[in-house]
Amino acid sequence: MATRAVITLPAAVKPGEAFEVRATVAHAMETGYRSSDEGARLPRDLVRRFECRLDGELVFAADLFAAISANPYLAFWLRADKPGELSFIWRGDNGFEHRETRPLTVA
Amino acid sequence: MRSAWLLLLAVALAAHADDRRSGRETMSPALRTLQADDAQHPAQLALALGREQWAAGARSCASCHGEPEKLRGAATRYPAWDQGIVDLPGRIQRCRVKHQQQPAWAPEAEPLLALSALVAQQSRGLPLRPPLGPELDQAAARGQRIYTTRIGALNLSCAQCHDERAGLRLGGSLIPQGHVDDYPVYRLEWQSLGSLQRRLRGCASGVRAKVWDWDSAELLALQTYLARRSAGLTMQPPGVRP
Repeated sequence: MATRAVITLPAAVKPGEAFEVRATVAHAMETGYRSSDEGARLPRDLVRRFECRLDGELVFAADLFAAISANPYLAFWLRADKPGELSFIWRGDNGFEHRETRPLTVA
Repeated sequence: MRSAWLLLLAVALAAHADDRRSGRETMSPALRTLQADDAQHPAQLALALGREQWAAGARSCASCHGEPEKLRGAATRYPAWDQGIVDLPGRIQRCRVKHQQQPAWAPEAEPLLALSALVAQQSRGLPLRPPLGPELDQAAARGQRIYTTRIGALNLSCAQCHDERAGLRLGGSLIPQGHVDDYPVYRLEWQSLGSLQRRLRGCASGVRAKVWDWDSAELLALQTYLARRSAGLTMQPPGVRP
Protein backbone atom coordinates (compact mmCIF):
# COMPACT_ATOMS: atom_id res chain seq x y z
CA MET A 1 0.00 0.00 0.00
CA ALA A 2 1.39 3.35 -0.99
CA THR A 3 2.19 5.79 1.77
CA ARG A 4 -0.42 8.43 2.26
CA ALA A 5 -0.12 11.95 3.57
CA VAL A 6 -2.71 14.67 4.08
CA ILE A 7 -1.55 18.28 3.88
CA THR A 8 -3.85 21.23 4.51
CA LEU A 9 -2.93 24.79 3.60
CA PRO A 10 -4.94 27.86 2.55
CA ALA A 11 -5.91 28.06 -1.12
CA ALA A 12 -4.25 31.49 -1.34
CA VAL A 13 -2.23 33.47 1.21
CA LYS A 14 -1.52 37.18 1.55
CA PRO A 15 2.11 38.33 1.16
CA GLY A 16 3.88 38.63 4.50
CA GLU A 17 0.91 37.23 6.44
CA ALA A 18 1.35 34.10 8.55
CA PHE A 19 -0.66 31.02 7.52
CA GLU A 20 -1.05 27.60 9.04
CA VAL A 21 0.16 24.39 7.44
CA ARG A 22 -1.03 21.02 8.73
CA ALA A 23 0.61 17.80 7.67
CA THR A 24 0.05 14.21 8.66
CA VAL A 25 1.55 11.04 7.25
CA ALA A 26 0.33 7.44 7.64
CA HIS A 27 2.96 5.71 9.75
CA ALA A 28 2.79 3.19 12.61
CA MET A 29 5.46 4.98 14.73
CA GLU A 30 6.33 1.67 16.41
CA THR A 31 8.29 2.51 19.55
CA GLY A 32 10.29 -0.70 19.86
CA TYR A 33 9.02 -1.16 23.42
CA ARG A 34 5.81 -3.01 22.59
CA SER A 35 5.22 -6.73 22.25
CA SER A 36 2.99 -8.50 19.77
CA ASP A 37 0.12 -10.77 20.83
CA GLU A 38 2.56 -13.68 20.57
CA GLY A 39 5.00 -12.01 22.95
CA ALA A 40 7.67 -11.11 20.40
CA ARG A 41 9.20 -7.64 20.63
CA LEU A 42 7.94 -5.38 17.83
CA PRO A 43 10.98 -3.79 16.19
CA ARG A 44 11.34 -0.04 16.34
CA ASP A 45 10.06 1.76 13.27
CA LEU A 46 9.86 5.54 13.57
CA VAL A 47 9.66 8.61 11.40
CA ARG A 48 12.82 10.44 12.48
CA ARG A 49 12.76 13.72 10.64
CA PHE A 50 10.26 15.99 8.95
CA GLU A 51 11.30 18.89 6.75
CA CYS A 52 9.33 21.51 4.90
CA ARG A 53 11.03 23.59 2.21
CA LEU A 54 9.81 26.58 0.22
CA ASP A 55 11.56 26.60 -3.17
CA GLY A 56 14.39 24.58 -1.69
CA GLU A 57 14.90 26.76 1.38
CA LEU A 58 14.32 25.00 4.71
CA VAL A 59 11.41 26.76 6.46
CA PHE A 60 10.36 24.20 9.07
CA ALA A 61 11.85 20.97 10.43
CA ALA A 62 11.10 18.62 13.28
CA ASP A 63 12.87 15.66 14.86
CA LEU A 64 10.46 12.93 15.93
CA PHE A 65 10.91 10.39 18.70
CA ALA A 66 9.30 7.29 20.17
CA ALA A 67 6.68 9.11 22.26
CA ILE A 68 4.97 10.59 19.20
CA SER A 69 1.73 8.93 18.17
CA ALA A 70 1.04 6.94 15.04
CA ASN A 71 0.25 9.05 11.95
CA PRO A 72 2.23 12.01 13.32
CA TYR A 73 0.40 15.29 12.81
CA LEU A 74 2.28 18.57 12.69
CA ALA A 75 0.77 22.04 12.47
CA PHE A 76 3.01 25.06 11.99
CA TRP A 77 2.91 28.63 10.73
CA LEU A 78 4.78 30.06 7.77
CA ARG A 79 5.08 33.44 6.09
CA ALA A 80 5.76 33.95 2.39
CA ASP A 81 6.25 37.02 0.19
CA LYS A 82 6.04 35.38 -3.21
CA PRO A 83 4.44 32.28 -4.70
CA GLY A 84 6.46 29.11 -4.82
CA GLU A 85 6.41 25.41 -4.20
CA LEU A 86 6.26 23.84 -0.77
CA SER A 87 7.93 20.46 -0.52
CA PHE A 88 7.48 18.10 2.40
CA ILE A 89 9.65 15.17 3.28
CA TRP A 90 9.36 12.54 6.00
CA ARG A 91 12.36 10.26 6.67
CA GLY A 92 12.59 7.40 9.11
CA ASP A 93 13.82 3.96 10.08
CA ASN A 94 14.12 1.13 7.55
CA GLY A 95 14.72 3.58 4.75
CA PHE A 96 11.30 5.21 5.09
CA GLU A 97 10.98 8.27 2.92
CA HIS A 98 7.89 10.08 1.71
CA ARG A 99 7.77 13.27 -0.35
CA GLU A 100 4.91 15.58 -1.21
CA THR A 101 4.82 18.92 -2.99
CA ARG A 102 2.12 21.59 -2.98
CA PRO A 103 1.98 24.84 -4.93
CA LEU A 104 1.76 27.94 -2.76
CA THR A 105 -0.35 30.73 -4.19
CA VAL A 106 0.34 34.23 -2.89
CA ALA A 107 -2.20 36.86 -3.84
CA MET B 1 -48.79 35.47 10.35
CA ARG B 2 -50.73 33.77 13.08
CA SER B 3 -50.46 30.38 11.42
CA ALA B 4 -46.72 30.94 11.03
CA TRP B 5 -46.44 31.46 14.78
CA LEU B 6 -48.50 28.35 15.43
CA LEU B 7 -46.23 26.42 13.09
CA LEU B 8 -43.18 27.77 14.87
CA LEU B 9 -44.67 26.76 18.20
CA ALA B 10 -45.44 23.29 16.91
CA VAL B 11 -41.89 22.92 15.61
CA ALA B 12 -40.51 24.14 18.93
CA LEU B 13 -42.70 21.68 20.83
CA ALA B 14 -41.72 18.84 18.53
CA ALA B 15 -38.06 19.73 18.98
CA HIS B 16 -38.58 19.81 22.71
CA ALA B 17 -40.32 16.44 22.70
CA ASP B 18 -37.34 14.79 20.99
CA ASP B 19 -34.69 14.70 23.68
CA ARG B 20 -32.42 12.43 21.70
CA ARG B 21 -28.88 13.75 21.52
CA SER B 22 -26.23 12.46 19.19
CA GLY B 23 -23.04 11.40 20.92
CA ARG B 24 -21.18 14.18 19.11
CA GLU B 25 -23.30 16.85 20.83
CA THR B 26 -22.33 15.66 24.31
CA MET B 27 -18.58 15.42 23.62
CA SER B 28 -16.06 17.96 24.87
CA PRO B 29 -15.70 21.12 22.71
CA ALA B 30 -12.20 20.01 21.65
CA LEU B 31 -13.50 16.70 20.30
CA ARG B 32 -16.44 18.39 18.61
CA THR B 33 -14.00 20.69 16.80
CA LEU B 34 -11.92 17.68 15.81
CA GLN B 35 -14.96 16.11 14.16
CA ALA B 36 -16.30 19.30 12.60
CA ASP B 37 -13.02 20.53 11.08
CA ASP B 38 -11.99 18.42 8.11
CA ALA B 39 -8.44 19.75 8.29
CA GLN B 40 -8.04 18.23 11.76
CA HIS B 41 -10.22 15.14 11.42
CA PRO B 42 -8.17 12.07 12.37
CA ALA B 43 -9.97 9.94 9.76
CA GLN B 44 -8.57 12.00 6.87
CA LEU B 45 -5.85 9.46 6.16
CA ALA B 46 -8.43 6.69 6.08
CA LEU B 47 -10.63 8.73 3.74
CA ALA B 48 -7.61 9.22 1.46
CA LEU B 49 -7.11 5.45 1.47
CA GLY B 50 -10.83 5.03 0.73
CA ARG B 51 -10.55 7.23 -2.38
CA GLU B 52 -7.50 5.27 -3.50
CA GLN B 53 -9.37 2.00 -2.97
CA TRP B 54 -12.47 3.38 -4.72
CA ALA B 55 -10.55 3.78 -7.98
CA ALA B 56 -8.26 0.75 -7.64
CA GLY B 57 -8.31 -2.20 -10.03
CA ALA B 58 -10.00 -2.95 -13.35
CA ARG B 59 -13.42 -3.51 -11.76
CA SER B 60 -13.11 -0.65 -9.35
CA CYS B 61 -15.99 0.78 -7.33
CA ALA B 62 -15.74 3.82 -9.63
CA SER B 63 -16.33 1.72 -12.76
CA CYS B 64 -19.93 1.03 -11.63
CA HIS B 65 -20.77 3.80 -9.17
CA GLY B 66 -18.85 6.74 -10.65
CA GLU B 67 -17.71 9.31 -8.15
CA PRO B 68 -18.25 8.49 -4.46
CA GLU B 69 -20.41 11.65 -4.23
CA LYS B 70 -23.07 9.83 -6.27
CA LEU B 71 -23.76 7.61 -3.25
CA ARG B 72 -25.11 10.54 -1.26
CA GLY B 73 -27.86 9.18 0.98
CA ALA B 74 -26.89 5.52 0.56
CA ALA B 75 -25.54 5.21 4.10
CA THR B 76 -28.81 6.49 5.61
CA ARG B 77 -30.61 3.32 4.41
CA TYR B 78 -28.78 0.62 6.38
CA PRO B 79 -29.11 -2.02 7.74
CA ALA B 80 -31.16 -3.21 4.77
CA TRP B 81 -32.73 -6.50 3.73
CA ASP B 82 -31.27 -8.22 0.67
CA GLN B 83 -31.46 -12.00 1.10
CA GLY B 84 -30.42 -11.45 4.69
CA ILE B 85 -29.74 -8.38 6.76
CA VAL B 86 -26.80 -6.39 5.51
CA ASP B 87 -25.12 -3.35 7.02
CA LEU B 88 -23.00 -0.89 5.08
CA PRO B 89 -19.64 -2.68 5.50
CA GLY B 90 -21.47 -5.93 4.71
CA ARG B 91 -22.80 -4.42 1.48
CA ILE B 92 -19.29 -3.33 0.50
CA GLN B 93 -18.03 -6.86 1.22
CA ARG B 94 -20.78 -8.36 -0.97
CA CYS B 95 -19.92 -5.97 -3.78
CA ARG B 96 -16.27 -6.96 -3.47
CA VAL B 97 -16.96 -10.69 -3.59
CA LYS B 98 -19.79 -10.75 -6.13
CA HIS B 99 -18.93 -7.95 -8.56
CA GLN B 100 -15.21 -7.43 -8.11
CA GLN B 101 -14.58 -11.16 -7.61
CA GLN B 102 -12.04 -10.46 -4.91
CA PRO B 103 -11.69 -12.33 -1.61
CA ALA B 104 -13.67 -10.75 1.23
CA TRP B 105 -11.73 -8.63 3.69
CA ALA B 106 -11.33 -9.64 7.31
CA PRO B 107 -13.73 -7.80 9.66
CA GLU B 108 -12.36 -4.32 10.47
CA ALA B 109 -9.77 -4.52 7.68
CA GLU B 110 -8.28 -1.09 7.02
CA PRO B 111 -9.48 -0.77 3.39
CA LEU B 112 -12.99 -1.95 4.35
CA LEU B 113 -13.29 0.68 7.08
CA ALA B 114 -11.84 3.29 4.75
CA LEU B 115 -14.44 2.54 2.05
CA SER B 116 -17.26 2.47 4.63
CA ALA B 117 -16.11 5.85 5.91
CA LEU B 118 -15.91 7.27 2.40
CA VAL B 119 -19.43 6.09 1.50
CA ALA B 120 -20.88 7.15 4.85
CA GLN B 121 -19.24 10.57 4.54
CA GLN B 122 -21.35 11.28 1.46
CA SER B 123 -24.49 11.22 3.63
CA ARG B 124 -23.33 13.96 5.99
CA GLY B 125 -26.18 16.21 7.03
CA LEU B 126 -28.90 13.76 5.99
CA PRO B 127 -31.28 12.15 8.49
CA LEU B 128 -30.93 8.44 9.22
CA ARG B 129 -33.75 6.60 7.35
CA PRO B 130 -33.46 2.87 8.02
CA PRO B 131 -35.78 0.90 5.70
CA LEU B 132 -38.85 -1.04 6.85
CA GLY B 133 -40.08 -4.49 5.89
CA PRO B 134 -41.34 -7.67 7.53
CA GLU B 135 -37.90 -9.25 7.99
CA LEU B 136 -36.38 -6.00 9.21
CA ASP B 137 -39.29 -5.44 11.61
CA GLN B 138 -38.71 -8.90 13.02
CA ALA B 139 -34.99 -8.23 13.39
CA ALA B 140 -35.64 -4.87 15.04
CA ALA B 141 -37.97 -6.54 17.56
CA ARG B 142 -35.29 -9.09 18.32
CA GLY B 143 -32.72 -6.32 18.58
CA GLN B 144 -34.91 -4.49 21.06
CA ARG B 145 -35.16 -7.64 23.18
CA ILE B 146 -31.36 -7.92 23.18
CA TYR B 147 -31.08 -4.23 24.01
CA THR B 148 -33.27 -4.56 27.08
CA THR B 149 -32.04 -7.97 28.30
CA ARG B 150 -29.49 -8.14 31.10
CA ILE B 151 -26.34 -9.93 29.94
CA GLY B 152 -22.92 -10.88 31.23
CA ALA B 153 -21.32 -11.27 34.63
CA LEU B 154 -22.13 -7.63 35.39
CA ASN B 155 -25.78 -8.42 34.60
CA LEU B 156 -26.41 -5.20 32.70
CA SER B 157 -28.57 -4.47 29.67
CA CYS B 158 -27.79 -1.85 27.04
CA ALA B 159 -30.90 0.07 28.15
CA GLN B 160 -29.75 0.37 31.76
CA CYS B 161 -26.81 2.53 30.73
CA HIS B 162 -27.87 4.15 27.46
CA ASP B 163 -31.54 4.81 28.26
CA GLU B 164 -31.80 5.00 32.03
CA ARG B 165 -28.38 6.45 32.88
CA ALA B 166 -27.50 8.41 29.74
CA GLY B 167 -25.98 11.75 30.68
CA LEU B 168 -24.60 10.40 33.96
CA ARG B 169 -21.01 9.31 34.37
CA LEU B 170 -19.30 5.95 34.34
CA GLY B 171 -16.01 6.68 36.05
CA GLY B 172 -14.81 9.85 34.39
CA SER B 173 -16.66 9.49 31.13
CA LEU B 174 -20.10 10.61 30.14
CA ILE B 175 -22.57 7.87 29.23
CA PRO B 176 -23.94 8.73 25.77
CA GLN B 177 -27.42 7.84 24.59
CA GLY B 178 -25.86 5.34 22.23
CA HIS B 179 -26.97 6.70 18.88
CA VAL B 180 -25.58 5.28 15.66
CA ASP B 181 -25.56 8.37 13.44
CA ASP B 182 -21.79 8.75 13.00
CA TYR B 183 -20.51 5.26 12.19
CA PRO B 184 -17.85 4.31 11.32
CA VAL B 185 -16.18 6.38 14.03
CA TYR B 186 -12.57 7.24 14.70
CA ARG B 187 -12.25 6.39 18.36
CA LEU B 188 -9.28 7.96 20.13
CA GLU B 189 -9.06 4.93 22.40
CA TRP B 190 -8.72 2.65 19.39
CA GLN B 191 -6.43 5.05 17.52
CA SER B 192 -8.27 4.01 14.37
CA LEU B 193 -11.62 3.85 12.65
CA GLY B 194 -14.00 1.19 13.86
CA SER B 195 -17.40 -0.11 12.81
CA LEU B 196 -20.58 -0.22 14.87
CA GLN B 197 -20.07 -3.97 15.27
CA ARG B 198 -16.70 -3.34 16.90
CA ARG B 199 -18.35 -0.84 19.27
CA LEU B 200 -21.11 -3.31 20.18
CA ARG B 201 -18.66 -6.16 20.70
CA GLY B 202 -16.65 -3.89 22.96
CA CYS B 203 -19.75 -3.19 25.04
CA ALA B 204 -20.53 -6.91 25.36
CA SER B 205 -17.03 -7.67 26.54
CA GLY B 206 -17.26 -4.67 28.90
CA VAL B 207 -20.17 -6.24 30.78
CA ARG B 208 -18.32 -9.60 30.71
CA ALA B 209 -20.82 -11.20 28.35
CA LYS B 210 -20.13 -13.65 25.55
CA VAL B 211 -19.06 -11.51 22.61
CA TRP B 212 -21.24 -11.91 19.52
CA ASP B 213 -19.54 -13.11 16.36
CA TRP B 214 -18.92 -10.67 13.51
CA ASP B 215 -22.06 -10.36 11.35
CA SER B 216 -23.98 -12.68 13.69
CA ALA B 217 -27.78 -12.54 13.67
CA GLU B 218 -27.67 -10.95 17.15
CA LEU B 219 -25.37 -8.11 16.09
CA LEU B 220 -27.34 -7.42 12.91
CA ALA B 221 -30.63 -7.45 14.85
CA LEU B 222 -29.19 -5.05 17.40
CA GLN B 223 -27.91 -2.79 14.61
CA THR B 224 -31.35 -2.83 12.97
CA TYR B 225 -33.01 -1.82 16.23
CA LEU B 226 -30.41 0.87 16.97
CA ALA B 227 -30.80 2.40 13.50
CA ARG B 228 -34.54 2.76 14.14
CA ARG B 229 -33.89 4.14 17.60
CA SER B 230 -31.72 6.83 16.00
CA ALA B 231 -33.95 7.33 12.92
CA GLY B 232 -34.26 10.98 11.93
CA LEU B 233 -31.05 12.09 13.63
CA THR B 234 -28.68 13.93 11.32
CA MET B 235 -25.69 11.89 10.24
CA GLN B 236 -22.17 13.33 10.39
CA PRO B 237 -19.96 10.35 9.62
CA PRO B 238 -17.17 9.56 10.09
CA GLY B 239 -17.47 10.52 13.76
CA VAL B 240 -14.80 11.16 16.38
CA ARG B 241 -15.31 9.61 19.80
CA PRO B 242 -13.18 9.58 22.96
